[in-house]
Amino acid sequence: MNELIIIIISAFLLFAITLWKRRSPSVLREIPALIRLYRTLGLSIEDGTRLHISLGSGSLLDARGGPAFAGLAMLRHIAERTSVSDEPSIASAGDATLGLLAQDTLQSGYQAAGVNELYIPTNGRVTGLSPFGYAAGAMHISQNENVSANIMIGHFGPEAGLLAEASDRENVTSIGASDELSGQAVLYANTNDALIGEELFATGAYLGAGASHAASLTVQDILRWLVILSLLGGAAAKFFGVI
Amino acid sequence: MRVFTAVIAIAAGVLVLGGYFFPVLAAIQTLLLNWAIVLAGMAALVGIFNLVSVHTNKIRSQQKGSVYSAILVIALTATFIGGIILRPDHGTMAILMNGIIIPVEASLMGLLTVSLIYAAIRLLRRRADLMSVVFLVTAVLLILGSATLPFGNIPLLGSLVKPWITQILALGGARGILIGVALGTLTTGLRILFGADRPYGGN
Repeated sequence: MNELIIIIISAFLLFAITLWKRRSPSVLREIPALIRLYRTLGLSIEDGTRLHISLGSGSLLDARGGPAFAGLAMLRHIAERTSVSDEPSIASAGDATLGLLAQDTLQSGYQAAGVNELYIPTNGRVTGLSPFGYAAGAMHISQNENVSANIMIGHFGPEAGLLAEASDRENVTSIGASDELSGQAVLYANTNDALIGEELFATGAYLGAGASHAASLTVQDILRWLVILSLLGGAAAKFFGVI
Repeated sequence: MRVFTAVIAIAAGVLVLGGYFFPVLAAIQTLLLNWAIVLAGMAALVGIFNLVSVHTNKIRSQQKGSVYSAILVIALTATFIGGIILRPDHGTMAILMNGIIIPVEASLMGLLTVSLIYAAIRLLRRRADLMSVVFLVTAVLLILGSATLPFGNIPLLGSLVKPWITQILALGGARGILIGVALGTLTTGLRILFGADRPYGGN
């Protein structure tokens, strides 16, 4: 039941802070990877190149779905911004369900931009159904489809290194984030900028996806402080022999 | 229609979540999860058709790298038909799996080792900051602490420095990162339950 209490408190905080953020937008700290992402988004439209959004191979039916949903939220915003570009963005997924949602999310972005007729279903792709199969298929996109930036946000393991390496060989800017520690380490070494840990979930807020995204960052901060205080309190209680 | 899909998605999410806490909802939770598994299976088939469609278009328009697309489509079709006729547990299908797919994935892993070493060498050129130096020094210390060296182990590195880095510094950092990811996953899930994010084509 403790988990339920945490969920209810988080839901209440998210709801209340979203209402508050609608009236007073928040000031966000600078994250170099997200600044580069924002700049890349504008540049790709201007110079007529594509963005490749790699959503990883996380299944939506298990705990790895969280980063995949964060990637989809970002994709929705990018699709809306780049839908009128000569070279629209491409999304790739390593899970079939995620691939379907990527297509649906791309189409939502086109609808929001009022250019539904420009939507091409094959811009949302499933490139493989195993992590390395996915990476092998997605490498091909960076190399052959006039891509200027490869944005990897989702569940990636070490196979992310192959994607980043392929991007680097084509002088394609790469930005990466993963929920898996091995994936994060590989992306840190291989990409132009990497997002570490929970920064993965901040992309929506930094791209201006709405008050709920900014509110969720504040909720994460509040919960993080509660976790820190609990850890310190527990350590102090143990030290003094209370527990 | 959009409101209808959102209501269905949110109701399904709330019922599945509720099933973890209220036994009365457990049966509905199981039913919904079983539906999700069936739909995911169908989605795999749709995903494969999507893959074929993308690569067939490439072959038709003779785009760069269309030879690889042709190889993919031929191999996929042959494996698919073979699997239907022979069944997945047939010896030939096992040879295809164990003799082609697994070695190819293993060789990609091997390729990754080389690419990671190369990336580590280039890291300082790409991002010459304190954290990059810390990253590289840590990696070198751990490799030296783990590897079998021709002149024997370096004193204290394997017995003191490596355990201290992996079991205290790295473990603490990893737990911090995983707590952050868990909190991010929680708020992302709640946004979807509230209908603020609709990855199912809602808005």
